[in-house]
Amino acid sequence: MTRITVTVDGVTYEEEVEPRLLLVHLLRDRLGKTGTPIGCDTSNCGACTVMLDGKSVKSCSVLAVQADETDVVTVEGLSSGGEWHPMQRAFHEEHALQCGYCTPGMIMAAIDLLKDDPDPSEEAIREGLEGNLCRCTGYCNIVRAVRRAAQSMSGQEVVSGR
Amino acid sequence: MTEELDAGFVARQIAESDMLSEPAPGKHEVGSARRRKEDARLVTGRTTWTDNIQLPGMLYVAFVRSPMAHARITRVDTSAALSRPGVVAAFSGRDLADEQGSLPCAWPVTEDIVIPDHPPMAVDEVRYAGEAVACVVATDRYKAADALEAIEIDYDPLPAVLDMTEALKEGGPQVHEAGNKAFVWKFAAGDIDAAFRDAPVVVERTFVQQRLIPSAMEPRAVVAQTDGDSFTLHSATQIPHILRIMLAQVTGIPEHKLRVIAPDVGGGFGSKLQVTAEEVLLLLLARRLGKPVKWTESRSEGNLTVHHGRDQLQRISLAADAEGHIKGLRVDLLADMGAYLMLVTPGIPILGAFMYNGIYKMDAYDFTCTGVFTTKMPTDAYRGAGRPEATFAIERVMDELANELSLDPIEVRRRNWIAHEEFPYTTIANLTYDSGNYEAATDKALSLFGYDKLRAEQADRRDRGDPVQLGIGVSTFTEMCGLAPSRVLGSLSYGAGGWEHASVRMLPTGKVEVVTGSSPHGQGHETAWSQIVADALSVPFEDVSVVHGDTAISHKGMDTYGSRSLVVGGIAVLQACDKVKEKAKHIAAHLLEASADDIEFAEGSFKVRGTDSGKTIQEIALATFAAHDLPEGVEASLDSDATYDPNNFSFPHGTHLCAVEVDTQTGATKIRLYVAVDDVGKVVNPMIVEGQVHGGLAQGIAQALFEEAVYDAEGNLLTTTMADYLLPSAADLPDFVTDRTETPATSNPLGVKGVGEAGTIASTPAVVNAVVDALRPYGVNDVAMPCTPERVWRAVQGGVS
Repeated sequence: MTRITVTVDGVTYEEEVEPRLLLVHLLRDRLGKTGTPIGCDTSNCGACTVMLDGKSVKSCSVLAVQADETDVVTVEGLSSGGEWHPMQRAFHEEHALQCGYCTPGMIMAAIDLLKDDPDPSEEAIREGLEGNLCRCTGYCNIVRAVRRAAQSMSGQEVVSGR
Repeated sequence: MTEELDAGFVARQIAESDMLSEPAPGKHEVGSARRRKEDARLVTGRTTWTDNIQLPGMLYVAFVRSPMAHARITRVDTSAALSRPGVVAAFSGRDLADEQGSLPCAWPVTEDIVIPDHPPMAVDEVRYAGEAVACVVATDRYKAADALEAIEIDYDPLPAVLDMTEALKEGGPQVHEAGNKAFVWKFAAGDIDAAFRDAPVVVERTFVQQRLIPSAMEPRAVVAQTDGDSFTLHSATQIPHILRIMLAQVTGIPEHKLRVIAPDVGGGFGSKLQVTAEEVLLLLLARRLGKPVKWTESRSEGNLTVHHGRDQLQRISLAADAEGHIKGLRVDLLADMGAYLMLVTPGIPILGAFMYNGIYKMDAYDFTCTGVFTTKMPTDAYRGAGRPEATFAIERVMDELANELSLDPIEVRRRNWIAHEEFPYTTIANLTYDSGNYEAATDKALSLFGYDKLRAEQADRRDRGDPVQLGIGVSTFTEMCGLAPSRVLGSLSYGAGGWEHASVRMLPTGKVEVVTGSSPHGQGHETAWSQIVADALSVPFEDVSVVHGDTAISHKGMDTYGSRSLVVGGIAVLQACDKVKEKAKHIAAHLLEASADDIEFAEGSFKVRGTDSGKTIQEIALATFAAHDLPEGVEASLDSDATYDPNNFSFPHGTHLCAVEVDTQTGATKIRLYVAVDDVGKVVNPMIVEGQVHGGLAQGIAQALFEEAVYDAEGNLLTTTMADYLLPSAADLPDFVTDRTETPATSNPLGVKGVGEAGTIASTPAVVNAVVDALRPYGVNDVAMPCTPERVWRAVQGGVS
C-alpha cells in the first residue's frame, strides 16, 4: 500500500492505495466521484477523461499513485458559484448529448482542446476529439457545442449554431 | 453545489439560454425545440449509472469465460479460488444447474422451431467464446478478477461451426444435437413464377450483412440485492418491465417479490433489449449469499458477450420489365442465430421480411428465411433490427436495376414507388402504409444535394480519368416502426403484446407527474413527454416531471425499442391526460354549479361556456385533494391511467443522398456530402428528432465503412476491444445536412411516426451505393461491407461483378 495525497475538485484526500489501483477506480469506488464513467478497458473511448494538473488525461490509463501530489478536476468540479462551465452550457444548448455516458469525458477533452486552440475550426475539433467516442450523437452537435463554447469563452457574441 | 439538482436552477439555466425555444404565447409546446430536462444531471456528472451503486457489504462478481468456441466441459474446480484474499464464494455451472433455468426466447417464429436449452452458466458444453463457465464473488472488483486464475477448467474441444452455408450441409459438425437449422420461415404473395417467367430483366445479387457489435457507451452492469423476502435488481437495461417478468419465470422468484430498476442507462441500440445470463446469475448469487452483489462488464467482455447484430447472407433476385417496373422479388435469407436463441433472436430477420419490398409496388414477393446455429455469440436486436438489412438489399438492388437499364437511380425508383395519392396503400407484404410522400422528400433532398451538379462533376472526373472518383448513392427508404399492434405480434407468434402504459398524476399543488412504461436510455422522454402533457393539460412545461424505469413506480410497461416510445407510449400519455381532463371537468362543473355539458377547457381553465366563470386545472387539483366539496359518488382523484395499443405500425420514410470520393489508388473513401430528408410525420421536438437522425446516420455509415465483428477460423472473436472494432470518431464522420418533410401519420392522434432507427436504416445502402457508383467505370458492381480501403482497392484491381 502506498499513501498518496491528491486534490479532487478542490478537496484534498489522503488515501492508502495499492500501486496498481487505477485513478478512475480511486475516483469512482473510493472517493464517490461517480460522475466520471468507464467506457472501455483499452483507453480508446475517453469517457473517463479528467484534468490532471490542468491537462486532460484518460483516468483509466493513470495509476492512482501517479496522481500523488496532483490536482484533479472532474466534470463534477466544473461549476462555480452555481454556474455551469460554458462548455456544460454549450453541450446542453446544442443538444450535444443523448444518453450522456460519454459526456463527462467529452466535456473535459473539449475544455482541454480550447486551451490549446481557443478558436478551433470544425476540422480541428473533429481531430482534437478523436480520442473520445460517442455512440449517440453522430458528433455534429458536439462540434457545434465546442464552437459555441469557444465563442462564449472568448467573450464573443454567441451566434446561433442552428 | 446541490442547487444544481434543483429544478428551479435548471429552469433558470434554460431561461438564461438565448436559444430558449420556448414557444411564443399561444403557441404549442409540441413542435418546439425545447432543451432537454435530462441534461442537467448528465452534464454535471450527477447521473446514476448502475455501476455507480455501492451498498454496504456489497460483493463483486467476476466470470471465467470460455476461451473456446465449442468444447465439452470435463472438469471445473473452483476450490483454489476460495482461499484467495477477499474471495467469498466461487461457483461453476454445475453448482447452479438446479436453479439457473434457461434463458428465454420470447419469439418462436414457427411451430417447429428448435429452441435449445440455454443455461446462463454453461454446465456441460460451451458453444461460443466468452460463454460464462464459472464465477468468483469477492469483496472488491480487483480481488474478484485476481481469483479467476485459480479456477481450473478442463475442456474437450469440439469443432467450431462458423459458416452458415457449411453449417446447413449434412454430416458436418453440429452446434446442438437437434442440428444447425433453427427454423425455416416463409412468406409469399402473388404469382412469383409468373413474375419471373420471361421477365426482360432479372437482377440477382448476394449481399453479406456483416456481424456488428452494438457498442452502447455504457457497458452492462447489474446489481442484485435481497432482504430475504423480496429482490431488487438494478440493471443497465432497456426493458425493466419485460425483464422482471422473464426473470421471475426463469428464476422462480415470484413476480411480486421482484423489483427491477433501470436507472440512468447509457445507450442501448437494442443491445440492452435482452434477458442476460448475468442478470439471472446475479439474482441467484444474491439469493445464495444474502448480500448485495455487483457485476460490471469490461468492454472486452462486452464485445464477446453482449448480443451481436445483423449477420445475414442475403440472396435477392428482382424481375422487372424493360422499362424497369418491378414484377417480382425473391429473397432467400440465411440468418446467423449464433449459438442460442435469445430474447427475440429469431424474430429479427422476420421483422425484415415485411420491408424487402420497401416503398415499391410489385406483383409478387417470395421470402424464405432460414435461421442457422453457429458457435458464435447469439445475434439479436440492433438498431433497426431486420429492417436495415432488408432496406440495404432492396436499395442496393434498385441501384443495380438502374445500372442494368442505364437509368438514373432516382428515375427507376420514381417508376416504382407508391405515389402520394395512392395512400393508404397495402403492400405486397400485406402492410398498410397509412401515409407518405416520397416525391416531396426526394425533391427536397435532390435540391439540397445539388444532384445535377454533382452528376456533372462525376461525369467530368470519369472523363478525365481522375484517380479520385465521385460516387453518388441513393436510398429512398421506409420502415415499419412503433412496435406494435398486439394482434400482429400475436399472429407472428411473439410472446407478448405491443401496447404501452402511462399514468398522469395531478398533484395538489398543480404540478404533474407522468409515469411512462417506456424506459428511456438517451432518447429524451422526460422532455418530449413534458411537452405533450404541457399542451394537453395547459400546464407549464416546467411543472411536469416524468418518472420511469422502476417497476415499483412505473408498474406497467413494454419499454423502449423499435422506435415505439412516442408512437405508442406518447399516445398513452396523451390518452391519460384526456382522462384527467374528463374527471376534472365533472368536478369543475360541480364547483361552478353548472352542467358538465356546459364546461369547456381552454388555456388551462374549465369555464362555463359563454361566461368568465371558471376554475384553473390547478384549482381543480387542489379542490380534488381537499375533497371538501366533490360531486356525489366522485372519488377524490384526478389521476388517470391509459394503456394504448396501436392499430397499425407507423411508416416513416425519407430520401438520403450520399456523395463519396473514392481514391482508386489507395482505396480510401471520404464522404463529401450527406443529405438526409426524413419524413417522421408530426414532430414533438425537432431538436431531439435531428439528434436521433444524426446518431442513426453515424451507425448506418459505420456499418457501410468501418465496423465488423470478426471471428477467426477457430471461432475466436478477434474484435474484442475498441482498438480492433472500429467505432467512428468525430474525425471519421462528416457534418450532415438534414431536413424534413411532414406527412402526418393517420394512425395516431399526434400524427407522429418513429425516428430512432430511421437514420441507421436509410444510410447504409446510400453509402455503399455511392462507393459502387464511383467504381462502375472499373467494372465494379459490388463492394462487401465494411468498404474498407483494402476492399475498395481490391475491387478496383479485380473488378467484382
